[in-house]
Amino acid sequence: MIEFCGVGKTYAGGTVAVEDFSYTVQANSLVVLVGSSGSGKTTLLRMVNRMVEPTAGSVLIDGRDVAGLDRVRLRRSIGYVLQAGGLLPHRTIADNVATVPVLNGTRRREARSAVVGLLERVGLDPSCAERYPSQLSGGQQQRVGVARALAADPDILLMDEPFGAVDPIVRRELQDELRRLQRELGKTILLVTHDIDEAFRVGDEVVVLKERGVTAQVGTPADILAHPADAFVRSFVGADRAERRLRTTDVDGRRVLVDDDGRPAGVLVAAEERRTAP
Amino acid sequence: MTWFSHAWGWVLELTWAHLWLSLPAILLSVAIAVPVGRLAFRRPGLGGALLSGSSLLYSIPALPLLIIVPAVFGVPLRSSATIIIALTVYGAALMVRTAADAFASVDSHVREAAIAVGHAPRELFWKVDLPLAVPVLVAGLRVVTVSTVGLVTIGALIGVPSLGTLFTDGFQRGIVAEVATGLIATVVLALALDGLCLLAGRALTPWRRAVEGAGA
Repeated sequence: MIEFCGVGKTYAGGTVAVEDFSYTVQANSLVVLVGSSGSGKTTLLRMVNRMVEPTAGSVLIDGRDVAGLDRVRLRRSIGYVLQAGGLLPHRTIADNVATVPVLNGTRRREARSAVVGLLERVGLDPSCAERYPSQLSGGQQQRVGVARALAADPDILLMDEPFGAVDPIVRRELQDELRRLQRELGKTILLVTHDIDEAFRVGDEVVVLKERGVTAQVGTPADILAHPADAFVRSFVGADRAERRLRTTDVDGRRVLVDDDGRPAGVLVAAEERRTAP
Repeated sequence: MTWFSHAWGWVLELTWAHLWLSLPAILLSVAIAVPVGRLAFRRPGLGGALLSGSSLLYSIPALPLLIIVPAVFGVPLRSSATIIIALTVYGAALMVRTAADAFASVDSHVREAAIAVGHAPRELFWKVDLPLAVPVLVAGLRVVTVSTVGLVTIGALIGVPSLGTLFTDGFQRGIVAEVATGLIATVVLALALDGLCLLAGRALTPWRRAVEGAGA
Protein backbone atom coordinates (compact mmCIF):
# COMPACT_ATOMS: atom_id res chain seq x y z
CA MET A 1 0.00 0.00 0.00
CA ILE A 2 1.31 3.43 -0.97
CA GLU A 3 -0.14 6.52 0.69
CA PHE A 4 0.40 10.04 -0.57
CA CYS A 5 -0.42 12.34 2.35
CA GLY A 6 -0.76 15.94 1.26
CA VAL A 7 2.44 15.86 -0.77
CA GLY A 8 3.71 18.90 -2.63
CA LYS A 9 6.82 19.78 -4.54
CA THR A 10 8.05 23.32 -5.07
CA TYR A 11 11.45 23.68 -6.73
CA ALA A 12 14.07 26.14 -5.50
CA GLY A 13 13.22 28.58 -8.32
CA GLY A 14 9.61 28.72 -7.13
CA THR A 15 8.21 26.40 -9.81
CA VAL A 16 5.38 24.34 -8.36
CA ALA A 17 5.36 20.79 -9.75
CA VAL A 18 2.76 19.43 -7.34
CA GLU A 19 0.52 21.56 -5.14
CA ASP A 20 -1.20 19.21 -2.72
CA PHE A 21 -1.89 15.59 -3.54
CA SER A 22 -3.40 12.87 -1.41
CA TYR A 23 -4.26 9.38 -2.55
CA THR A 24 -3.88 5.77 -1.42
CA VAL A 25 -2.79 3.00 -3.76
CA GLN A 26 -4.33 -0.19 -2.37
CA ALA A 27 -2.12 -3.26 -2.13
CA ASN A 28 -2.27 -5.61 -5.14
CA SER A 29 -3.97 -3.07 -7.34
CA LEU A 30 -2.81 -1.44 -10.54
CA VAL A 31 -3.33 2.29 -10.36
CA VAL A 32 -2.66 4.66 -13.24
CA LEU A 33 -1.81 8.33 -12.80
CA VAL A 34 -2.79 9.97 -16.05
CA GLY A 35 -2.35 13.56 -17.12
CA SER A 36 -0.67 15.73 -19.71
CA SER A 37 2.79 17.20 -19.26
CA GLY A 38 2.89 19.57 -16.31
CA SER A 39 0.38 17.47 -14.37
CA GLY A 40 3.11 16.40 -11.94
CA LYS A 41 2.45 12.69 -12.52
CA THR A 42 6.11 11.68 -12.90
CA THR A 43 7.09 13.86 -9.93
CA LEU A 44 4.53 12.00 -7.82
CA LEU A 45 5.78 8.61 -9.00
CA ARG A 46 9.38 9.53 -8.23
CA MET A 47 8.46 10.59 -4.71
CA VAL A 48 7.74 6.95 -3.91
CA ASN A 49 11.36 5.83 -4.37
CA ARG A 50 12.78 9.18 -3.27
CA MET A 51 14.13 10.17 -6.67
CA VAL A 52 12.22 13.36 -5.79
CA GLU A 53 11.86 14.58 -2.20
CA PRO A 54 8.50 16.23 -1.49
CA THR A 55 8.68 19.75 -0.03
CA ALA A 56 5.39 19.17 1.78
CA GLY A 57 3.56 16.13 3.12
CA SER A 58 4.83 12.59 3.09
CA VAL A 59 4.69 9.29 1.23
CA LEU A 60 4.07 6.14 3.26
CA ILE A 61 4.69 2.57 2.17
CA ASP A 62 2.78 0.09 4.32
CA GLY A 63 2.46 2.82 6.92
CA ARG A 64 6.15 3.77 7.01
CA ASP A 65 7.30 7.21 5.89
CA VAL A 66 9.80 6.71 3.06
CA ALA A 67 11.70 9.82 4.23
CA GLY A 68 12.92 7.72 7.16
CA LEU A 69 14.18 4.86 4.99
CA ASP A 70 17.61 4.45 3.44
CA ARG A 71 17.30 5.79 -0.09
CA VAL A 72 19.41 3.14 -1.82
CA ARG A 73 17.80 0.23 0.02
CA LEU A 74 14.33 1.68 -0.62
CA ARG A 75 15.02 1.87 -4.37
CA ARG A 76 16.25 -1.71 -4.46
CA SER A 77 13.07 -2.85 -2.73
CA ILE A 78 10.87 -1.26 -5.41
CA GLY A 79 10.77 -2.38 -9.04
CA TYR A 80 11.20 0.55 -11.39
CA VAL A 81 10.42 0.44 -15.10
CA LEU A 82 11.33 3.39 -17.28
CA GLN A 83 10.51 4.45 -20.79
CA ALA A 84 12.62 2.45 -23.29
CA GLY A 85 13.53 0.10 -20.44
CA GLY A 86 16.27 2.32 -19.03
CA LEU A 87 18.71 -0.57 -19.46
CA LEU A 88 22.47 -0.34 -18.96
CA PRO A 89 23.83 -0.40 -22.53
CA HIS A 90 27.15 -1.94 -21.50
CA ARG A 91 25.73 -4.95 -19.67
CA THR A 92 24.26 -8.06 -21.25
CA ILE A 93 20.55 -8.76 -20.91
CA ALA A 94 21.30 -11.35 -18.20
CA ASP A 95 23.41 -8.86 -16.22
CA ASN A 96 20.79 -6.17 -16.64
CA VAL A 97 18.06 -8.43 -15.30
CA ALA A 98 20.30 -9.52 -12.41
CA THR A 99 21.24 -5.91 -11.52
CA VAL A 100 19.32 -5.52 -8.28
CA PRO A 101 20.00 -8.98 -6.78
CA VAL A 102 23.72 -8.44 -7.50
CA LEU A 103 23.61 -4.99 -5.88
CA ASN A 104 21.95 -6.66 -2.91
CA GLY A 105 24.92 -9.00 -2.59
CA THR A 106 23.65 -12.13 -4.34
CA ARG A 107 26.50 -13.91 -6.14
CA ARG A 108 26.54 -13.04 -9.82
CA ARG A 109 26.31 -16.66 -10.95
CA GLU A 110 23.41 -17.34 -8.61
CA ALA A 111 21.56 -14.19 -9.69
CA ARG A 112 22.07 -15.07 -13.34
CA SER A 113 20.61 -18.53 -12.86
CA ALA A 114 17.26 -16.91 -12.07
CA VAL A 115 17.39 -14.89 -15.27
CA VAL A 116 16.00 -17.57 -17.58
CA GLY A 117 12.80 -17.84 -15.57
CA LEU A 118 12.38 -14.08 -15.43
CA LEU A 119 12.88 -13.69 -19.19
CA GLU A 120 10.29 -16.41 -19.83
CA ARG A 121 7.89 -14.73 -17.44
CA VAL A 122 7.94 -11.53 -19.49
CA GLY A 123 7.63 -13.46 -22.76
CA LEU A 124 11.23 -13.33 -23.97
CA ASP A 125 13.31 -16.12 -25.47
CA PRO A 126 16.06 -16.86 -22.90
CA SER A 127 18.54 -17.19 -25.79
CA CYS A 128 18.81 -13.38 -25.79
CA ALA A 129 20.45 -13.44 -22.34
CA GLU A 130 24.00 -12.91 -23.62
CA ARG A 131 23.13 -10.13 -26.04
CA TYR A 132 23.33 -6.41 -25.38
CA PRO A 133 20.30 -4.10 -25.14
CA SER A 134 21.06 -2.38 -28.46
CA GLN A 135 20.70 -5.74 -30.22
CA LEU A 136 17.05 -5.98 -29.12
CA SER A 137 13.95 -4.26 -30.45
CA GLY A 138 12.26 -1.52 -28.43
CA GLY A 139 9.50 -3.87 -27.30
CA GLN A 140 12.01 -6.52 -26.23
CA GLN A 141 14.04 -3.95 -24.28
CA GLN A 142 10.86 -2.90 -22.54
CA ARG A 143 10.21 -6.50 -21.51
CA VAL A 144 13.76 -6.78 -20.19
CA GLY A 145 13.07 -3.63 -18.15
CA VAL A 146 10.06 -5.36 -16.60
CA ALA A 147 12.09 -8.53 -15.93
CA ARG A 148 14.75 -6.43 -14.19
CA ALA A 149 12.09 -4.75 -12.05
CA LEU A 150 10.73 -8.17 -11.03
CA ALA A 151 14.13 -9.75 -10.32
CA ALA A 152 14.30 -8.91 -6.62
CA ASP A 153 10.62 -9.88 -6.21
CA PRO A 154 9.49 -6.47 -4.95
CA ASP A 155 5.96 -5.84 -3.63
CA ILE A 156 5.74 -2.57 -5.51
CA LEU A 157 6.37 -1.73 -9.16
CA LEU A 158 6.66 1.84 -10.38
CA MET A 159 6.26 2.31 -14.12
CA ASP A 160 7.11 5.62 -15.75
CA GLU A 161 5.57 5.87 -19.24
CA PRO A 162 6.73 2.29 -19.72
CA PHE A 163 5.25 1.79 -23.18
CA GLY A 164 5.83 5.25 -24.59
CA ALA A 165 8.71 4.30 -26.87
CA VAL A 166 7.17 1.36 -28.74
CA ASP A 167 4.80 1.20 -31.68
CA PRO A 168 1.04 0.92 -31.09
CA ILE A 169 0.76 -2.82 -31.84
CA VAL A 170 3.60 -3.76 -29.49
CA ARG A 171 2.28 -1.31 -26.90
CA ARG A 172 -1.06 -3.07 -26.86
CA GLU A 173 0.63 -6.43 -26.52
CA LEU A 174 2.71 -5.17 -23.59
CA GLN A 175 -0.34 -3.64 -21.93
CA ASP A 176 -2.17 -6.97 -22.10
CA GLU A 177 0.88 -8.74 -20.68
CA LEU A 178 1.06 -6.26 -17.85
CA ARG A 179 -2.50 -7.19 -16.94
CA ARG A 180 -1.55 -10.87 -17.09
CA LEU A 181 1.51 -10.31 -14.89
CA GLN A 182 -0.57 -8.35 -12.43
CA ARG A 183 -3.08 -11.21 -12.23
CA GLU A 184 -0.31 -13.79 -11.79
CA LEU A 185 1.92 -11.91 -9.37
CA GLY A 186 -0.44 -9.61 -7.49
CA LYS A 187 2.02 -6.73 -7.20
CA THR A 188 1.05 -3.21 -6.21
CA ILE A 189 1.65 -1.27 -9.40
CA LEU A 190 1.67 2.49 -9.89
CA LEU A 191 1.90 3.46 -13.54
CA VAL A 192 2.22 6.90 -15.06
CA THR A 193 1.08 7.75 -18.58
CA HIS A 194 -0.27 10.61 -20.66
CA ASP A 195 -2.32 8.17 -22.73
CA ILE A 196 -5.88 7.87 -21.46
CA ASP A 197 -6.54 4.77 -23.57
CA GLU A 198 -3.58 3.07 -21.90
CA ALA A 199 -4.86 4.16 -18.50
CA PHE A 200 -8.30 2.67 -19.18
CA ARG A 201 -6.79 -0.48 -20.66
CA VAL A 202 -4.54 -1.43 -17.76
CA GLY A 203 -5.80 0.41 -14.67
CA ASP A 204 -7.93 -1.04 -11.88
CA GLU A 205 -8.28 2.53 -10.78
CA VAL A 206 -7.38 5.68 -12.67
CA VAL A 207 -6.39 9.05 -11.21
CA VAL A 208 -6.91 11.86 -13.72
CA LEU A 209 -4.63 14.78 -12.93
CA LYS A 210 -4.99 18.41 -13.93
CA GLU A 211 -2.04 20.76 -13.72
CA ARG A 212 0.34 20.59 -10.73
CA GLY A 213 -1.01 17.36 -9.30
CA VAL A 214 -4.56 18.54 -8.77
CA THR A 215 -6.86 15.52 -8.87
CA ALA A 216 -9.64 15.93 -11.40
CA GLN A 217 -11.24 12.53 -10.80
CA VAL A 218 -10.49 9.16 -9.25
CA GLY A 219 -12.37 6.03 -10.26
CA THR A 220 -12.48 2.84 -12.25
CA PRO A 221 -12.25 3.31 -16.01
CA ALA A 222 -15.95 2.51 -16.31
CA ASP A 223 -16.86 5.05 -13.59
CA ILE A 224 -14.91 7.78 -15.26
CA LEU A 225 -16.37 7.07 -18.70
CA ALA A 226 -19.90 6.82 -17.32
CA HIS A 227 -19.71 9.89 -15.11
CA PRO A 228 -16.90 12.29 -15.95
CA ALA A 229 -16.63 14.66 -12.99
CA ASP A 230 -16.37 17.87 -14.96
CA ALA A 231 -15.71 19.40 -18.35
CA PHE A 232 -11.93 18.87 -17.95
CA VAL A 233 -12.26 15.13 -17.43
CA ARG A 234 -14.94 14.93 -20.09
CA SER A 235 -12.60 16.43 -22.64
CA PHE A 236 -9.48 14.65 -21.36
CA VAL A 237 -11.00 11.18 -21.62
CA GLY A 238 -12.66 12.17 -24.87
CA ALA A 239 -16.13 11.32 -23.58
CA ASP A 240 -17.58 13.38 -26.38
CA ARG A 241 -15.33 11.88 -29.05
CA ALA A 242 -17.19 9.96 -31.71
CA GLU A 243 -15.40 6.68 -30.97
CA ARG A 244 -16.41 6.82 -27.29
CA ARG A 245 -20.12 7.21 -28.13
CA LEU A 246 -21.53 3.93 -29.30
CA ARG A 247 -24.98 2.83 -30.25
CA THR A 248 -26.30 -0.41 -31.63
CA THR A 249 -27.75 -1.04 -35.00
CA ASP A 250 -29.28 -4.16 -36.47
CA VAL A 251 -27.39 -5.96 -39.24
CA ASP A 252 -29.07 -9.18 -40.40
CA GLY A 253 -30.22 -10.07 -36.90
CA ARG A 254 -26.96 -9.18 -35.12
CA ARG A 255 -26.53 -6.09 -32.98
CA VAL A 256 -23.57 -4.14 -34.27
CA LEU A 257 -22.06 -1.30 -32.25
CA VAL A 258 -21.32 1.81 -34.26
CA ASP A 259 -19.80 5.07 -33.07
CA ASP A 260 -21.12 8.57 -33.62
CA ASP A 261 -19.49 8.71 -37.03
CA GLY A 262 -21.22 5.50 -38.01
CA ARG A 263 -18.00 3.43 -37.98
CA PRO A 264 -18.57 -0.11 -36.72
CA ALA A 265 -16.74 -0.81 -33.43
CA GLY A 266 -17.80 -4.40 -32.74
CA VAL A 267 -20.77 -6.64 -32.14
CA LEU A 268 -22.93 -6.88 -29.06
CA VAL A 269 -22.81 -10.39 -27.63
CA ALA A 270 -25.25 -12.10 -25.34
CA ALA A 271 -24.06 -13.22 -21.92
CA GLU A 272 -23.88 -16.91 -22.89
CA GLU A 273 -21.65 -16.10 -25.90
CA ARG A 274 -18.99 -14.41 -23.83
CA ARG A 275 -15.54 -15.95 -23.82
CA THR A 276 -14.39 -16.99 -20.39
CA ALA A 277 -11.37 -14.99 -19.33
CA PRO A 278 -8.13 -16.89 -20.03
CA MET B 1 73.78 1.16 -40.38
CA THR B 2 77.33 0.38 -39.23
CA TRP B 3 76.69 2.57 -36.17
CA PHE B 4 73.55 0.66 -35.38
CA SER B 5 75.21 -2.76 -35.72
CA HIS B 6 77.65 -1.72 -32.99
CA ALA B 7 75.16 0.07 -30.75
CA TRP B 8 71.95 -1.98 -30.95
CA GLY B 9 72.46 -3.34 -27.45
CA TRP B 10 72.65 0.20 -26.12
CA VAL B 11 69.58 1.25 -28.16
CA LEU B 12 67.65 -1.63 -26.64
CA GLU B 13 68.77 -0.59 -23.17
CA LEU B 14 67.67 3.02 -23.82
CA THR B 15 64.33 1.84 -25.23
CA TRP B 16 63.79 -0.15 -22.05
CA ALA B 17 64.69 2.89 -19.92
CA HIS B 18 62.39 5.04 -22.07
CA LEU B 19 59.54 2.61 -21.50
CA TRP B 20 60.07 2.64 -17.74
CA LEU B 21 59.96 6.43 -17.67
CA SER B 22 56.84 6.56 -19.88
CA LEU B 23 54.65 3.91 -18.29
CA PRO B 24 54.60 5.24 -14.71
CA ALA B 25 54.00 8.77 -15.99
CA ILE B 26 51.10 7.59 -18.19
CA LEU B 27 49.53 5.50 -15.43
CA LEU B 28 49.86 8.29 -12.87
CA SER B 29 48.39 10.79 -15.33
CA VAL B 30 45.31 8.61 -15.77
CA ALA B 31 45.04 7.92 -12.03
CA ILE B 32 45.02 11.67 -11.36
CA ALA B 33 43.05 12.90 -14.38
CA VAL B 34 40.09 10.48 -14.04
CA PRO B 35 39.03 11.50 -10.50
CA VAL B 36 39.77 15.18 -11.17
CA GLY B 37 37.84 15.01 -14.44
CA ARG B 38 34.92 13.36 -12.70
CA LEU B 39 34.98 16.07 -10.01
CA ALA B 40 35.04 18.74 -12.72
CA PHE B 41 32.02 17.09 -14.34
CA ARG B 42 30.09 16.68 -11.08
CA ARG B 43 30.76 20.23 -9.83
CA PRO B 44 30.68 22.49 -12.88
CA GLY B 45 31.51 25.57 -10.75
CA LEU B 46 34.69 24.04 -9.42
CA GLY B 47 35.17 22.27 -12.75
CA GLY B 48 35.78 25.48 -14.68
CA ALA B 49 38.60 26.42 -12.32
CA LEU B 50 40.08 22.90 -12.46
CA LEU B 51 40.07 22.87 -16.25
CA SER B 52 41.65 26.35 -16.48
CA GLY B 53 44.23 25.31 -13.90
CA SER B 54 45.14 22.21 -15.87
CA SER B 55 45.53 24.23 -19.07
CA LEU B 56 47.85 26.56 -17.16
CA LEU B 57 49.96 23.64 -15.93
CA TYR B 58 50.28 22.34 -19.46
CA SER B 59 51.56 25.73 -20.61
CA ILE B 60 54.61 25.63 -18.29
CA PRO B 61 57.67 25.23 -20.56
CA ALA B 62 59.52 21.94 -20.13
CA LEU B 63 62.92 23.14 -18.97
CA PRO B 64 61.67 25.36 -16.11
CA LEU B 65 59.38 22.52 -15.06
CA LEU B 66 62.38 20.19 -14.79
CA ILE B 67 63.90 22.73 -12.36
CA ILE B 68 60.65 23.36 -10.43
CA VAL B 69 59.85 19.67 -9.85
CA PRO B 70 63.01 18.86 -7.80
CA ALA B 71 62.51 22.07 -5.81
CA VAL B 72 58.87 21.31 -4.99
CA PHE B 73 59.05 17.52 -4.54
CA GLY B 74 62.54 17.30 -3.06
CA VAL B 75 63.74 14.73 -5.59
CA PRO B 76 67.26 14.89 -7.14
CA LEU B 77 67.37 16.87 -10.40
CA ARG B 78 69.02 14.12 -12.42
CA SER B 79 66.65 11.34 -11.50
CA SER B 80 63.89 9.29 -13.09
CA ALA B 81 61.54 10.68 -10.45
CA THR B 82 61.97 14.22 -11.78
CA ILE B 83 61.07 13.12 -15.32
CA ILE B 84 58.17 10.97 -14.20
CA ILE B 85 56.68 13.73 -12.04
CA ALA B 86 57.12 16.38 -14.74
CA LEU B 87 55.50 14.17 -17.38
CA THR B 88 52.70 13.26 -14.98
CA VAL B 89 51.98 16.99 -14.60
CA TYR B 90 51.76 17.35 -18.37
CA GLY B 91 49.86 14.10 -18.90
CA ALA B 92 47.28 14.77 -16.19
CA ALA B 93 46.84 18.37 -17.37
CA LEU B 94 46.31 17.14 -20.91
CA MET B 95 43.81 14.46 -19.89
CA VAL B 96 41.65 16.23 -17.28
CA ARG B 97 39.47 17.92 -19.87
CA THR B 98 38.98 14.70 -21.84
CA ALA B 99 38.12 12.89 -18.61
CA ALA B 100 35.48 15.51 -17.78
CA ASP B 101 34.12 15.15 -21.33
CA ALA B 102 34.16 11.36 -20.94
CA PHE B 103 31.85 11.50 -17.94
CA ALA B 104 29.68 14.10 -19.66
CA SER B 105 29.34 11.68 -22.59
CA VAL B 106 27.49 9.14 -20.41
CA ASP B 107 23.77 9.28 -21.24
CA SER B 108 22.04 11.02 -18.34
CA HIS B 109 18.95 8.86 -18.90
CA VAL B 110 21.06 5.74 -18.26
CA ARG B 111 22.61 7.29 -15.15
CA GLU B 112 19.16 8.28 -13.81
CA ALA B 113 17.85 4.77 -14.43
CA ALA B 114 20.83 3.26 -12.63
CA ILE B 115 20.20 5.48 -9.60
CA ALA B 116 16.49 4.70 -9.66
CA VAL B 117 17.03 0.94 -9.50
CA GLY B 118 19.32 1.36 -6.49
CA HIS B 119 22.97 2.01 -7.37
CA ALA B 120 24.73 3.72 -4.46
CA PRO B 121 27.10 6.57 -5.48
CA ARG B 122 30.19 4.37 -5.40
CA GLU B 123 28.48 1.60 -7.43
CA LEU B 124 27.28 4.21 -9.88
CA PHE B 125 30.89 5.28 -10.49
CA TRP B 126 32.44 1.82 -10.84
CA LYS B 127 29.60 -0.01 -12.57
CA VAL B 128 28.03 2.66 -14.74
CA ASP B 129 29.92 5.94 -15.15
CA LEU B 130 33.43 4.54 -15.51
CA PRO B 131 32.72 1.72 -17.98
CA LEU B 132 30.53 3.97 -20.13
CA ALA B 133 33.22 6.68 -20.10
CA VAL B 134 35.86 4.23 -21.35
CA PRO B 135 35.56 5.03 -25.08
CA VAL B 136 36.28 8.74 -24.56
CA LEU B 137 38.81 8.04 -21.78
CA VAL B 138 40.74 5.76 -24.12
CA ALA B 139 40.81 8.50 -26.76
CA GLY B 140 42.37 10.79 -24.13
CA LEU B 141 44.74 8.07 -22.96
CA ARG B 142 46.04 7.60 -26.49
CA VAL B 143 46.89 11.29 -26.80
CA VAL B 144 48.63 11.25 -23.40
CA THR B 145 50.54 8.07 -24.30
CA VAL B 146 51.93 9.39 -27.55
CA SER B 147 52.68 12.80 -26.03
CA THR B 148 54.44 11.29 -22.99
CA VAL B 149 56.60 8.92 -25.05
CA GLY B 150 57.69 11.93 -27.10
CA LEU B 151 58.33 14.16 -24.10
CA VAL B 152 60.46 11.58 -22.23
CA THR B 153 63.26 12.49 -24.65
CA ILE B 154 63.74 15.89 -22.94
CA GLY B 155 65.12 13.97 -19.96
CA ALA B 156 68.33 13.63 -21.97
CA LEU B 157 68.90 17.38 -21.41
CA ILE B 158 69.30 16.81 -17.67
CA GLY B 159 71.13 13.54 -18.15
CA VAL B 160 68.39 10.99 -17.52
CA PRO B 161 68.94 8.26 -20.10
CA SER B 162 66.19 7.51 -22.63
CA LEU B 163 65.96 7.34 -26.41
CA GLY B 164 66.45 11.12 -26.19
CA THR B 165 70.06 10.40 -25.26
CA LEU B 166 70.56 9.30 -28.86
CA PHE B 167 69.60 12.82 -29.98
CA THR B 168 71.97 14.67 -27.64
CA ASP B 169 74.79 12.20 -28.13
CA GLY B 170 74.22 11.98 -31.88
CA PHE B 171 74.17 15.77 -32.29
CA GLN B 172 77.34 16.24 -30.26
CA ARG B 173 79.24 13.56 -32.16
CA GLY B 174 77.64 14.35 -35.52
CA ILE B 175 76.31 10.83 -36.12
CA VAL B 176 73.18 11.15 -38.27
CA ALA B 177 72.34 7.45 -37.95
CA GLU B 178 72.25 7.79 -34.16
CA VAL B 179 69.82 10.73 -34.27
CA ALA B 180 67.68 8.93 -36.84
CA THR B 181 67.65 5.76 -34.73
CA GLY B 182 66.49 7.77 -31.70
CA LEU B 183 63.75 9.37 -33.73
CA ILE B 184 62.50 6.14 -35.31
CA ALA B 185 62.69 4.15 -32.06
CA THR B 186 60.68 6.85 -30.22
CA VAL B 187 57.99 6.86 -32.91
CA VAL B 188 57.82 3.05 -33.00
CA LEU B 189 57.53 2.90 -29.21
CA ALA B 190 54.78 5.54 -29.24
CA LEU B 191 52.86 3.69 -31.95
CA ALA B 192 53.24 0.35 -30.16
CA LEU B 193 51.88 1.74 -26.89
CA ASP B 194 49.12 3.54 -28.79
CA GLY B 195 48.16 0.22 -30.37
CA LEU B 196 48.02 -1.40 -26.95
CA CYS B 197 45.70 1.36 -25.71
CA LEU B 198 43.46 0.78 -28.70
CA LEU B 199 43.33 -2.97 -28.01
CA ALA B 200 42.71 -2.43 -24.30
CA GLY B 201 39.89 -0.04 -25.17
CA ARG B 202 38.30 -2.67 -27.42
CA ALA B 203 38.64 -5.38 -24.79
CA LEU B 204 36.97 -3.14 -22.20
CA THR B 205 33.98 -2.27 -24.41
CA PRO B 206 32.59 -5.53 -25.83
CA TRP B 207 29.12 -3.99 -26.12
CA ARG B 208 30.30 -1.54 -28.77
CA ARG B 209 31.43 -4.34 -31.06
CA ALA B 210 28.09 -6.06 -30.52
CA VAL B 211 26.37 -2.90 -31.75
CA GLU B 212 28.61 -2.68 -34.82
CA GLY B 213 27.96 -6.36 -35.52
CA ALA B 214 24.22 -5.80 -35.33
CA GLY B 215 24.43 -2.79 -37.63
CA ALA B 216 26.45 -4.60 -40.30
